[in-house]
Amino acid sequence: MSDEPRAPRTAPRTSATFTPEVMAEIRRAAATGIYDIRGAGAKRPLPHFDDLLFLGASISRYPLEGYRERCGTEVTLGARFAGKPLRLRTPITIAGMSFGSLSAQAKEALGRGATLAGTSTTTGDGGMTPEERAHSRTLVYQYLPSRYGMNPDDLRRADAVEVVVGQGAKPGGGGMLLGQKITERVAGMRTLPPGIDQRSACRHPDWTGPDDLEIKIGELREITDWEKPIFVKVGASRPYYDTALAAKAGADVVVLDGMQGGTAATQDVFIEHVGLPTLAAIRPAVRALQDLGLHRQVQLVVSGGIRSGADVAKALALGADAVAIGTAALIALGDNDPRWQAEYEALGTTAGAYDDWHEGNDPAGITTQRPELAGRLDPVQGGRRLANYLAVMTLEAQTIARACGKSHLHNLEPEDLVALTIEAAAMAGVPLAGTDWVPGRTP
Amino acid sequence: MPRFDLRQEGLRALNRSLHALAPDTNATHWTVTGPDGAHAVAAGLDLPISVEIEGHVGYYCAGMNKRAQVVIHGSAGTGVAENMMSGLVHVRGDAGQSAGATAHGGLLIVDGNAGARCGISMKGVDIVVKGSVGHMSAFMAQAGTLTVLGDAGEALGDSLYEARLYVRGAVRSLGADCVEKPMRAEHLAELAGKLAAAGLAGAVEAREFRRYGSARRLYHFHVDNAGAY
Repeated sequence: MSDEPRAPRTAPRTSATFTPEVMAEIRRAAATGIYDIRGAGAKRPLPHFDDLLFLGASISRYPLEGYRERCGTEVTLGARFAGKPLRLRTPITIAGMSFGSLSAQAKEALGRGATLAGTSTTTGDGGMTPEERAHSRTLVYQYLPSRYGMNPDDLRRADAVEVVVGQGAKPGGGGMLLGQKITERVAGMRTLPPGIDQRSACRHPDWTGPDDLEIKIGELREITDWEKPIFVKVGASRPYYDTALAAKAGADVVVLDGMQGGTAATQDVFIEHVGLPTLAAIRPAVRALQDLGLHRQVQLVVSGGIRSGADVAKALALGADAVAIGTAALIALGDNDPRWQAEYEALGTTAGAYDDWHEGNDPAGITTQRPELAGRLDPVQGGRRLANYLAVMTLEAQTIARACGKSHLHNLEPEDLVALTIEAAAMAGVPLAGTDWVPGRTP
Repeated sequence: MPRFDLRQEGLRALNRSLHALAPDTNATHWTVTGPDGAHAVAAGLDLPISVEIEGHVGYYCAGMNKRAQVVIHGSAGTGVAENMMSGLVHVRGDAGQSAGATAHGGLLIVDGNAGARCGISMKGVDIVVKGSVGHMSAFMAQAGTLTVLGDAGEALGDSLYEARLYVRGAVRSLGADCVEKPMRAEHLAELAGKLAAAGLAGAVEAREFRRYGSARRLYHFHVDNAGAY
């Protein structure tokens, strides 16, 4: 034993580039030879609505009485060309999610919740189920590149048609549903052999580009006798041009989905590295509509990371007419609930991080086709929870709007907002808090 | 029987009239004149009437057709009979690209040639093309049959699912996961039936065709197939 003090050593240093997560992914890729597939949207930190604040009224503006003066929330979607536009009580809609990716019970719960709240819900890549039609007062029917389950009867049964060009989690990518979830019923609706890994196309089979899209929208209007609103959904990547082209092609409504918007299953590299954050996409889309003189005539529905009434109010203040929620709606139904922690751990994850929705083993019974798991979700109770959540978000948005002196959510405006970071100020086109500096606009 | 001049009365009036017909209508045979390349002519029909179109049509003629018989005495643009559910669509001339795209049922006959992507994502329709088809025909085709009396262009049947392809002439190349398969008795019988339905019984023999279908190697993701995805 020596009493000599040990020479000081360098402390173990992990890399900020090769983090434990990065290294785990390299090892996983090396072991399996296949890219990582998962559900949900971008998980990386991004400039978001949290980086914006509202300026409440004081002396220069005065507020509305919180419990006496009305603050409207209703929205009409599709009055540009459709004979029967959608009239919703709240501007918070339910985004497209397929039966197949979700259980029939989950789809029913979404329909029930949306109906109680007076809003719309949306089908997905896999067709319309009788359950969701029956339980959805207002149902938007998605028209996707795969055209799984597409038929004129459901088209006429729908309340609106959404031509899906892309989604925020994977702008430029096609659908994917792995074999575990292609049950007999799902396969039958999609005209596929049961149990195969379904690949679906990223481009529509019978049109390419904005001029064709105009003709396609014309056909859908003819088939539905010009009654149904036609939405066009794009993933946020070039929102100014995509919005302008969708409007030019004759859309009644443009749905703009940022990269935080969820998916049932896609490559992680796609989710995290392709597309724009929702915050960065709204102003260019609104500007496109304003430049065409169509803002408020063509409605803009924004989705991707909407969680609260504050997010709703901020999206509307930036110029959206409505928002759509997907991931948040699933959480309201019980997705990633800590009550299933032991089962999440058995799957190698933890409550709050579970995103292997494509594997079909969801303990909460939502992103699964296994009857014993799907049976855990009571559609009536789930619908009630979703309706409660939609009511809370609507009240929160009204609270903010009244504080800003607005008698309708649509009266919120960019001038009600400031940003906490330079990035958010530049993306949202509002001043950095405490300054009159809008990066990129004012010197 | 009604004659409808599209030039005079317009597309909306035509489709509205056809959609509004009662199930027991006596107006079961319609003639449409002056189509002049209009799009979505006779789209969304859902009753057993016949519609004869005297001239060329644009995109999506007879789109999503159910039960009706639509005969085009001319050529048809992109997506003729797209997503057809049942009934018959007969193009007496040539068809543009994506003929019969995603169609679930019924019979599409093209007397001339069909362009690229004929039968793309087809889901159960029977398509008979008396001439040739363009490149990427039957791309991701899921179910049904595509019968081609002439030749097929590049990448026939790429990423094919369960549709069956019968080609009498030359195939420029096969797409990913599409292979030639043996013509067994059941396929000869099936093809003879499709040829007869297209009015070709006695004129063309099933044994003159070769059959192509999915090798089913892409049905489950595997790293060794990465180059084919």
